Amino acid sequence: MTSLEMNDTRSEPSFLRRFMGGRRVRRLLRHRSFMIGLWLCLFVTVIAVLAPVLSPVDPNKMAIRSRFQPPSLDFLLGTDNLGRDLFSRVAWGARLSLAIGLGVVLLNAVFGVLLGALAGYFRRLDGILMRLSDALMAFPSVLLAIGIAAAMGASAMTAVISLAVVYIPRTARILRASVMQVTELEFVNAARAAGAGDLHILRRHILPNCMAPLVVQLSFVFAYAILSEAVLSFLGLGAAPTDPSWGIMISEGRSYIREAPWMTVIPGMAIAITVLGLNLLGDGLRDVLDPRVKMEH
Amino acid sequence: MLAYTLRRIAQAVPILLLVSLISFGIMQLVPGDPAAVLAGPNATPDELVHLRQTLGLDKSLLTQIMIFYGNLFQGDLGYSIILGEPVLKVVIERSPISISLAIYSLILTIVFGLFIGVVAAMKHNRWIDQVAMAFALIGVSVPNFWLGLVMIVLFSVHLGWLPTGGYVPFFEDPIGWFLAATMPALSLALMQIGLLARLTRSTMLEVLGQDYIRTARAKGASEPRVIIKHAMSNVLIPVVTVLGMILSVLLSGSVIVETIFAVPGIGALLGNAILGRDYPMIQGGLIFVAAVLLILNIAVDVLYAWLDPRVRVQ
Repeated sequence: MTSLEMNDTRSEPSFLRRFMGGRRVRRLLRHRSFMIGLWLCLFVTVIAVLAPVLSPVDPNKMAIRSRFQPPSLDFLLGTDNLGRDLFSRVAWGARLSLAIGLGVVLLNAVFGVLLGALAGYFRRLDGILMRLSDALMAFPSVLLAIGIAAAMGASAMTAVISLAVVYIPRTARILRASVMQVTELEFVNAARAAGAGDLHILRRHILPNCMAPLVVQLSFVFAYAILSEAVLSFLGLGAAPTDPSWGIMISEGRSYIREAPWMTVIPGMAIAITVLGLNLLGDGLRDVLDPRVKMEH
Repeated sequence: MLAYTLRRIAQAVPILLLVSLISFGIMQLVPGDPAAVLAGPNATPDELVHLRQTLGLDKSLLTQIMIFYGNLFQGDLGYSIILGEPVLKVVIERSPISISLAIYSLILTIVFGLFIGVVAAMKHNRWIDQVAMAFALIGVSVPNFWLGLVMIVLFSVHLGWLPTGGYVPFFEDPIGWFLAATMPALSLALMQIGLLARLTRSTMLEVLGQDYIRTARAKGASEPRVIIKHAMSNVLIPVVTVLGMILSVLLSGSVIVETIFAVPGIGALLGNAILGRDYPMIQGGLIFVAAVLLILNIAVDVLYAWLDPRVRVQ
């Protein structure tokens, strides 16, 4: 391939072609860990979406007579100290965890891209934005979220905001690095020479070429968000105490860990399966979309 | 080397100022009147006025920031409401406990992370590699506090091998310390072991593909010698760069792990402060931990520059 041809392929960056191009999809479909991750994530998503249909009873319905029932055919995953059905609670918990994770991912996508693009493209803004992100990243991640959530008061929305604040600087940094790299490429100069404005160049030429590392990063942010949300809920800083959140369920199970270990074990396994699925998905996406930061060989 | 160290310290000063401003800002997020939240529902109006004065809440925001920085420069991180003692004093008192736990987890992380990563790379694509990477992946996917609870059930309740928690000072009873600190250190370390094993494996595979390794092998060096003498020193460099991140996650995890295992360190201190809405303690604790982490990161950078002289010039 001549250098001219190379430039040709790069001068028409199309989101669809870079992303849904048959070769990449085929590679993803052949990637073992991506496929295992995809199935695990689909499994959790189906349970979350169908929670109202799948749950045998209301997740908050107490039945004092059937307290502390171990997993059995009557109670698939057992019951808790108030006789609530753990299968229903785990299924509804999946909704809550995925919703919070998605919220964090969306905020990361919007603000991470915005701040990363501004810092990477408009060099005058870079200094101040990066110092701010340095400062935010100087806090141990979950600790910052804990601090924000403790101040704002516990709620699912608080969990989303506090975790977004923790991960946005990290996403912005990754996007900034890609924007800086792409800005140096010739087709950007060509677009500039053709008289395109900054916003047009950013939107049409630079950002579509920065999507691969962003998608990879967001898949890991999703995984971290679910893990950290469980920490916040466990400490009483996430979802409301009445909500069937996995972190809250583990925290409730802790008091009965000798008599009813399943109360703790089951929600923890739900978290582990979801996070494992997302991590496998992220590994696959990274291998195929963003080979520069390849970890798995 | 000295110039590099000084430059890194100078860069950290504005970040530290921003870090403290963010910690101050977080406390402004408390909805409504923080004094009313702190004093509880039974406080009289007089008590509220007094508390607002003590906390400086009756002054303008700018004045509050000035007072905050003024105190900070004198080493005053505020006054814990629950404990009735200066935050800095309490935090420093509890530090050795958290530090000893962090060092223990760091040793576990480095030993197991490197070992698993190197073995996986040496047995690339064989069953040992697959098992090691599956373990590493599970390590990064399991919530550490849950793992702690499961270990308590297994090793304390059922097998009775280890105490369920608590803390024994190292210099009073090293064996007691070891028994009490093993489960908390392991639950803190598992995620980092997974991360480090994955990083070590990929770096080792990259290094093993390089020409100088082929040369060493061609010269007849034995495989352990190739790995330990030739490959390892280049594998360690990227590992040092993630040390800062590892320490950050260890400090983060300590809040919940110390709470579960009743270890009276800084993590548990912050955990109790959150439950008791002790905002000055949370704010001061955040600043202290972030400052410690900044200093550790400088130390890691200096270590990195010492190992890899190219960094100093950049």
